[in-house]
Parts: sequence; C-alpha cells; structure tokens
Amino acid sequence: MKFTLSWLKEHLKTDASLDDILYALTDLGLEVEGVENPLDSLDAFTIGYVKQAEKHPDADKLNVCTVETDEGDLQIICGAPNARKGIYVVVAKPGTYIPGLDITIKVGKIRGVESYGMMASEREMELSDEHDGIIELAGEPAVGSKFTDYLKANRPETVDPVIEIAITPNRPDALGVRGVARDLAARGLGTLKARDLAAPIEAKFTSDLQVTIDDDTLDGCPVFTGRVIKGVKNGPSPAWLQAALKAIGLRPISFLVDVTNFFTYDQNRPLHVFDMDKVKGNLRIHRAKGGEVVTALDENEYTMSEGMMVISDDTGVESIAGVMGGLDTGCDENTVNVFVESAYWTPIQIAMTGRKLKINSDARYRFERGVDPAFTPIGLDHAVQMILDHAGGEASEMIVAGAVPNVSRSYTLDTDRVKSLVGMEISAEDQVKHLTDLGFVVEGDQAHVPSWRPDVLGSADLVEEVARVASLTKLVGVPLPRMTDGVPAPILTPMQRRETMARRTIAALGYNECVTYSFIDKASAEVFGGGSDAVKIGNPISADMSHMRPSLLPGLLQAAARNQARGIMDMALFEVGPVFHGGEPEEQELQATGILIGHTGPRDAHGARRAVDTFDAKADAEAVLAAIGAPDKLMVIQGAKPWWHPGRSGKLSLGPKNVMCAFGELHPKTIEAFDIKGPVVAFAIHLENPPMPKKKSTTRPALKISDLQAVDRDFAFVVDAEVAALTLLNAAKGADKALIVDATVFDVFGGEMAEKQMGEGKKSIAFTVKLQPKDTTFTDAEIEAVSAKIIDKVSKATGGVLRG
Amino acid sequence: MDQLDALKSKYLTAVSAAADETTLEELRVSAVGKKGEVSLKMRELGKMTPEERQVAGPALNALKNEINSALSAKKAALADAALDERLKTEWLDVSMAGRPRRNGSIHPISQVTEEIVAIFASLGFSVAEGPQIENDYYNFDALNIAPEHPARQEHDTFYMHRDEADERPPHVLRTHTSPVQIRHLEKHGAPCRIICPGRVYRADYDQTHTPMFHQYEGMCIDKDISMANLKWTLEEFCRAFFQVDDIELRFRASHFPFTEPSAEVDIRCSWAGGQLKIGEGDDWMEILGSGMVHPKVLAAGGVDTDVYQGFAFGMGIDRLAMLKYGIPDLRAFFDSDLRWLRHYGFASLDAPNLHGGISR
Repeated sequence: MKFTLSWLKEHLKTDASLDDILYALTDLGLEVEGVENPLDSLDAFTIGYVKQAEKHPDADKLNVCTVETDEGDLQIICGAPNARKGIYVVVAKPGTYIPGLDITIKVGKIRGVESYGMMASEREMELSDEHDGIIELAGEPAVGSKFTDYLKANRPETVDPVIEIAITPNRPDALGVRGVARDLAARGLGTLKARDLAAPIEAKFTSDLQVTIDDDTLDGCPVFTGRVIKGVKNGPSPAWLQAALKAIGLRPISFLVDVTNFFTYDQNRPLHVFDMDKVKGNLRIHRAKGGEVVTALDENEYTMSEGMMVISDDTGVESIAGVMGGLDTGCDENTVNVFVESAYWTPIQIAMTGRKLKINSDARYRFERGVDPAFTPIGLDHAVQMILDHAGGEASEMIVAGAVPNVSRSYTLDTDRVKSLVGMEISAEDQVKHLTDLGFVVEGDQAHVPSWRPDVLGSADLVEEVARVASLTKLVGVPLPRMTDGVPAPILTPMQRRETMARRTIAALGYNECVTYSFIDKASAEVFGGGSDAVKIGNPISADMSHMRPSLLPGLLQAAARNQARGIMDMALFEVGPVFHGGEPEEQELQATGILIGHTGPRDAHGARRAVDTFDAKADAEAVLAAIGAPDKLMVIQGAKPWWHPGRSGKLSLGPKNVMCAFGELHPKTIEAFDIKGPVVAFAIHLENPPMPKKKSTTRPALKISDLQAVDRDFAFVVDAEVAALTLLNAAKGADKALIVDATVFDVFGGEMAEKQMGEGKKSIAFTVKLQPKDTTFTDAEIEAVSAKIIDKVSKATGGVLRG
Repeated sequence: MDQLDALKSKYLTAVSAAADETTLEELRVSAVGKKGEVSLKMRELGKMTPEERQVAGPALNALKNEINSALSAKKAALADAALDERLKTEWLDVSMAGRPRRNGSIHPISQVTEEIVAIFASLGFSVAEGPQIENDYYNFDALNIAPEHPARQEHDTFYMHRDEADERPPHVLRTHTSPVQIRHLEKHGAPCRIICPGRVYRADYDQTHTPMFHQYEGMCIDKDISMANLKWTLEEFCRAFFQVDDIELRFRASHFPFTEPSAEVDIRCSWAGGQLKIGEGDDWMEILGSGMVHPKVLAAGGVDTDVYQGFAFGMGIDRLAMLKYGIPDLRAFFDSDLRWLRHYGFASLDAPNLHGGISR
C-alpha cells in the first residue's frame, strides 16, 4: 500500500514530522517498507543568481558565469543554452550529490577555466524529464536559500514523500489512506478530518436502468448501488489526481477510470464505471452457468466457472463481479453517459473466483480482505460528486439492489484482561479512548465494532487494538516463573536423546553431516522404492523436488555427485532426518544414513589408504547401534532391498522382522542412476526400531572378572564356500557356554587358490576361541575336551572338517 | 691390607677401562666369581684368628661390594652408550603428516537447534515434534486460518497430491511448526512449555528463500502468563544465544491469525563495516514473530480459555545460524558442499550446553 504524505494529510490534520509518522506506522503494525523523500536528496541544493555570464575563451557553447550564492560569488562554467546574466538558478556546490547524474560535484577545470559547482536542470534533480536547460526560477527568490524551501512553497507535489507500508491480511481498512490516517489519529499524531459531502447528491432524473440480484447470489452480493450520470466529459484527470496516482505507481488513464482508482486507494472503496451507451438493457447480478467468456479490462479473455458471480446486461456477461470489469462496457475518451457501480461483494466468493481465474486486481485484493459494507452507498456518492465536479453531467437517483448487510456486533471489553494478557498498565479510560478513536462505540462494557473492521471478531481482538494503539514498545519484560524450584529436570525424550546420540556418533566416526531437501525427483525416488502418487507434491516448484523422499540415500547420493563434480572423490556423508513411506502424517520415519565413497583418506606416505568397503559400513552401523542402545546380539541377514548389491549387503535385525539397519555396497545400477563414480558403501539405520531399554535403575550388574588367565585356542575348518562365518562361530560358542567367552574369525582363505588346495567350492575359515577358567587353571585334558566339543559342533553345524 | 688395596685398585681400574660386556663379565669372574681373587681371599677367613677375622671380614665384604657396584654401574653405562649409538641410527622425518584420519562434522542447523534446546531447557521448555506432512486442519484451520482467507494464500503452501476418489482436502507440507502446538495441547493439555524445532516448507526459491527451511516454535501456556513474560523470555534467549549482555528488543504490533495481540520483534544491532553486532548501533533487525495465543487456537487444542492463556513465538533456525555464525547464503545450507560442511560445521563432541557455553 503506497500513498503520499500530502494524500495522508487530506485525511489527517497533523503537525507531526515525517519521521514521527513513519515510526508510528511501523509501531502500529502498518510496517513501513520504504519511503522516497525527494527533500532528502535535494537538501544541499541552494538558490543562486547569475550576476555575469561571458563566453568561455576556448569553447563556443560554454559560458563562464559568476553566480551569487550563500557562499559568496562562485565561478561556474555552464553549457546550458539558457545560462545568462540575470536569472535565478539552482546551484549545486562542490560536494553535492546529483541524483539524476549519480555523481558528486567537484571543483574542476573545464577547458582550462576553473568551475566551482553546477547549475542544475529539472532532470538532474529528478523533478521531471525536462533537460532543455537549467532551471530558471520565477520572481526574486532569496539568494542562498534552500531550493527545497522554494519547492515546498511553489511546487509541493514534487517534494511529496511517498510512503509504502505492508498491510497484514486482517487490516483491509488500512488499504485506504483514510484507514491509515485513522490509526495515526488514534495514536495521537493528529486528528481525522471529516470527509462528508457538502450536500447530498441531487437526483436530476430517474434512471430507466433496472438492477437486480438473483436470490441465489444475495449471499455473495448483499447490496449493489449505482447512479447513472448523463452528459459527462471524459478526458485527462486534473493535475493533482494524476500526480497522486503517479506517485503511488498507477498510470493515469482517463478521468472516469482514475476516479475509481482514486477511491480504491483513498477509502478502500473499489468502484466500477460502465459506459451506459454500451450497456444493453438492464443489469443483473447472478451466478455464472459456466462457460461464459468475458473480455476483461486487462484485455484477456476469461471463461467463467459455474457459481462465479457476474454482472450481465441483456446480451450476456459484462463484468466479473468484484474482480474486474468488462472491456465491452468500459469507458473511453468518447464516453458521455455512465453508470457508476458501488457494490459489496463477500470475501470468500471473490477469493475463490480471483484464485481460479488467476486475476490479481486491486478490487479482488480489497474485496477478499473485506471492504466496509456500510460505506457502499456513501462511497458511491463521493465518487459521483467528484465526477460531477470535474466532468460535469447530471446524476440520477441512487439505484439500490439488495440492502446493506448488518454487520453490527459488540464484544465485552474486560479492561483487567487487557492488563493480564499484555502485561502493561493501560488505564481503563485510555483503553476506551483508544477504541473510540479507532471508531468503536463503547457502551458500558460493550465495544461496538465499526463496519470497516471485519477482522474484529472477539474480545481478544479488542485487547490487540488497545495494545497496538498504546504501543508495545512500552512493554517491559517480566521474568517467567520457574516451573519447579531447584535443578531443572531433563527435558528430552528418549527418542530425542537417541537422535542426538546417533548424529554425534556418526560425526565422531568421521562423517560430515548434510541436510538435504525432503523432496527429490521422481526417478531418484523410484530407485529406492518411492515415487508413488501418495508422496507426490501437487504443486512442486520444480521437477527436481516432486516427491517426498523414501530414503535418505538419494539426497546423499546427489550430494556426493555434486562433490565429485567439484573434484572431491573420497567422502563420508550422513544425514539424520525424516523419510516418508506414504502421504499421511503418520507415515514419516526417522532414519540415520551414512555413505562412504572412494578411499579411507587421501594418498599418504604410510600406505594407510585403502578403498572403503562393506565392512567399514557395517562397523560404523554397529557402532551407532551400540551408541543408541540397540540390543547387542542382532541377527545378520544376508542381502537387503533391491537397491543394494545383492551379494555385498545385509541387514542387522532383532528377530527376522524388526530390522535395525541395512548396510553394504549399493547396487551398481543405483550408483549409475546418480552418475557417481563408485562403489558406494552405506548404512541406513531405522532409529525408531531398536526397542527402548525398559530398566529404570541406574545400577549396573556387578562385574565378574576372573584372576585366572584366559586361554586362546585356534582352529581352522575347511567348509563349503557359502557357509557363513557366523554359523561357524555360533556353533563354536555353543560347544561350552560356560567356558567359551568369545570366538572370532581371524582368517578366511577362499577363491581359486583355496579351491586348488581344498577342492572345488571350498574355503577355509580360521578362528580363535577364548576359554576362561572359573576356579582353577585348565588342565591339558580339560582344554582337549573343550576343543573336541568345538570340533564336533562346528563339523555338525557346517559340514566342514578340521583343517589338518 | 695392602693386598686388598692392590686388588681394589686393580679391578676398579680394569672395570673402568672395560669396553664391552664380555670384558666386564671376565672381570667379574676373575674378581668375585667362585674362584675369583676376592672369593679366594674370603675362603682364607676360616683360617684366621677371630681377631684377624674381625678386621679382614668387613674389609673383604666392602671390597666385594665395591667391585660389584663398579661392575653394575659400568654395565649400565655401557648399555646406555650402546642405546645412544642405536638411537643415533633411528631417525624419522617428523615433518611428514600423520596417518590421515577422517574428521566428521555436525551441520550448523543441528548445532544451533541444540543450542536453542539447551537454553529453553533451562527455562523448563521441553521439545515437541510433529509430522511434516500435515493435514490442513492442523496447519491452518486449528490455527484460525480459514480456508479462503488471504493469510492462507500468503503461505506459499505445498499441497500433496490427492486422488480424485479421496474427498478429503489435500494434505500440506507444514508451512510452519505451529501445528505442533495444537497436537501437543490436544495430547498433553495446559499448562505447558514447549519448543518445536523442525523442517518447514514454502513454495519459494530465490536468493534468500529455499523451499525447505527450519523453524522453531515456542509456546508457554499457564494461568498467568502475559506478553511481558514473552518479552523477558525472548530477551533471555537472545542474551544467551548471541552471548551479548546488552540485548534490546523492540515489540511492534503486527498480525498473525493464531496470536492476539501479535507482535513482530526487532533486535538492536549494528551493521557497521558489514559486520553484524547485536546489542549496539542504531539499526533494528526483525528476528521473529510472536504474540499471545489466540483463544480460538487454545480452544482447538482443548484448553479452557477462561483459565489458561499464554504466548507463542516462531523463529528461523537457519536464519539464527546465519546471523550468529556469519554464514552468508541460505541455499548453501542444503547443498552439502564438503568444503562448506567442513568450514561451517561443528566438532562431533562439541555438544552445546549451558555450563560449558553454547557458542563455538
């Protein structure tokens, strides 16, 4: 919402400075977004008098002028054709910034003669496009005085500050300059001027025009008023109106059109003017059947949908009600007879129509926020009077269809509640005064809401109005009472602690945390089993962000590809965040996923660098699971979902169903889809799956340690190549659960060489078993007995034989 | 006794001159070995008179000890010399880099979120969470944003696809963290103090906007909570978060459908030299929106509005991170450029807390 200071002062009698007004606007909730004040940029220009002008010795078109200024006589070289002795001019002395040229004047030599300033043209000061010569001031203005003072006295419109404010959707009344003025008056920055018509409009004739509203349209258009004016003379608007519209960025078109724009901004009262000679028959406000085509004032064709409100004459739809008038019945230079419309259209109807037709007009903007219904006939007459005053003609009686809706309502003003809610001391008298100044009528404890404030819908709104006018800057902080005395209790839920623990553990393992978008492209989603319509965004901003991600992997892989494109080939990236298995709120799951690409580090002199592999990912996954308190004995399942490498991936699971994580190498096709130089190994942890520990006690079980030294025994078995190491270890551990405390594989010998030695399809697995004596050291016989049991169990479990 | 002196002199000289352990061993054998000279002398003690023995015994023992000490001292000296010789050959170019180790990092959004949580935890606020695909009731209606109200259009909402057969209004990607207020109130009721950090979505993408960003919502509901408490809470937060003692906040009237009265909050700051300094200077920077929770919102959460009232506010987490740590470009937060992650990231063990300080 833009307006000029002088426009504001048409409604507000005030001596307040511009700065005070700007501050009050923002403080009242009418946030100032910008202000253009020509007085600021022209402050340094002063008035001078050319005492002498002589031809420059070395340049035909230049004059050497002696100019009387506030700093004495200055020698100024000037190339303007009208520079001559005896004229009053505008001087820019050295150091002055020239807005129209974007330079700062310096003392300089022009063709060998020194010049101590400049005499300015209108364009150089951005007053107009005039640049045929320097400004010559009429009369005998005081030499040395400020040019801005001259402008204020003689051409006020050129130095009128333009103010732009942001209007929140609840304040349609402030979409008119009068509403803004009312707020400022309530704040105490002046008084609101009365803007009543000097006399009622005199009806010079009775119009033949009939206006009707269909019964099914009255809810969207409760009242429609208008007057016919005969014999107007359309043409350019008076200078003040043109200047006002131009200042706020509107293009003056013709007087009849400009009048409607003026009232739209002046009083938040959109209007429409029909050329009566183009209207055939009567006007009917009704709902569209659907399919009607209207060419609107923006010269675009719009097709109506069923139920939209329209205004038709006998030949068909002429106007998109409350949104935009029709071109066919619009005014032009030749218009002599008009029908001026002022109607009240209800917000929701207009919002729906405007949104569907994608029309963003000033009328729609205001009607969908809510104009003052009671002002409908009054606004009409203000506009009619302005037309009669400037364009002549005679007005008909007021044609009224429907009736002004009764929006009167009142709410209880509880002055104590204002204090308790806002926490500021505002006396009851001040509260009433603030509301009264805003147009409320307070009777007893009831505050009656003015018709221009559709946003006030309850007592809480009264509090807001009072606080707003009283100014929240006066608010002084009051400490929040503590919930409990003493040390605050912990506040994170177990799941929140788990998330943080997972994040920091993964980072400690050397991964860099990423935050990637929750939405990805369809193709990438499909690679990971997503991309269905259920997770599709209806209005994505780009095809790259069309579907909610089914996994954290695609975002990380895209990030990896971007880094590879920058030449970074070794990386460890992770993200902790939500994935979406469906389109319902409850189908969101928290995951933690890491990827490793390339090598463990840069090339180094120690030979430490090696390619990352599945077991890096597995080790990291296990470290994270341990950190978040997942059960330590998890089932290892060979293989994972199809986007993983079929042979080099697995899952860690609690029982066959409750999967804690997947890990391993990604499928070569997955890598290819993301244009990454692989391989990529990864882990994907379902953070919500590990059961939360049930115990409440902080006491740990007693530590049982033996003073006796443990004994290690090594075994090697020849088994079939597909036998899993874990099968072997579990069999070995099962041989004597009391004595065997650990069993780990330390060597696997497989492949061609192994098959040559041990037969086709065979491999050898070597493992060590740790035996812990309980009460006395082992005898050889005891160790032999356990070893025999181990060999027996492993052989039975795997079909392998002890390697000789 | 002269004999003993001669022996002593002989062996101590020889030990001192010995060049290696073999020589030392030979000297030990010939002096104090079973048949060594000193040992042989000791055997003669038996033949002496008790008086003679009383003199000779201690002298012989002293001699034996002295030679043994000299031997072990020399042995240690020889070992040291040998070690020194060996160490001279053992040399590494320690200017070389150590074995490379990967250094992980925490994203600024995670770090700053933890900072915020730490501060509010001390004021008794817990952390509430909610879904990011939200139904329009929680995202809009329950927050007093009616379907056709312009406020709803101004949200640049992402709508989820809706099958034609499904007559429900389409779900949305939550445009703010405020729906969590309603979900929390429905479940836990009043009084309550919560903050709700998380991802939010708006269909906007330019220099300063990304279609996903992070917000946190704060809400405090009790019997006697006023806007003055809100101001104090925000002042305390800013003081702790920006680690500046002189914080000055300015409340400006504004409008949000879910609060009444509503205020936008500016913080005093200076941009002198392109450097943001909080708490000084003459500029004001808008940092958040806030207000007293609208009675309709409380009612939607099942709270008795005759008994309870309270405040709510919302701030951008990404923006706070940018302001605090001087990170220039929002879009880079989501680009995962490793150089950026390493430069602006935080150490894994550097978890913020109040006793150790929440800033890095």
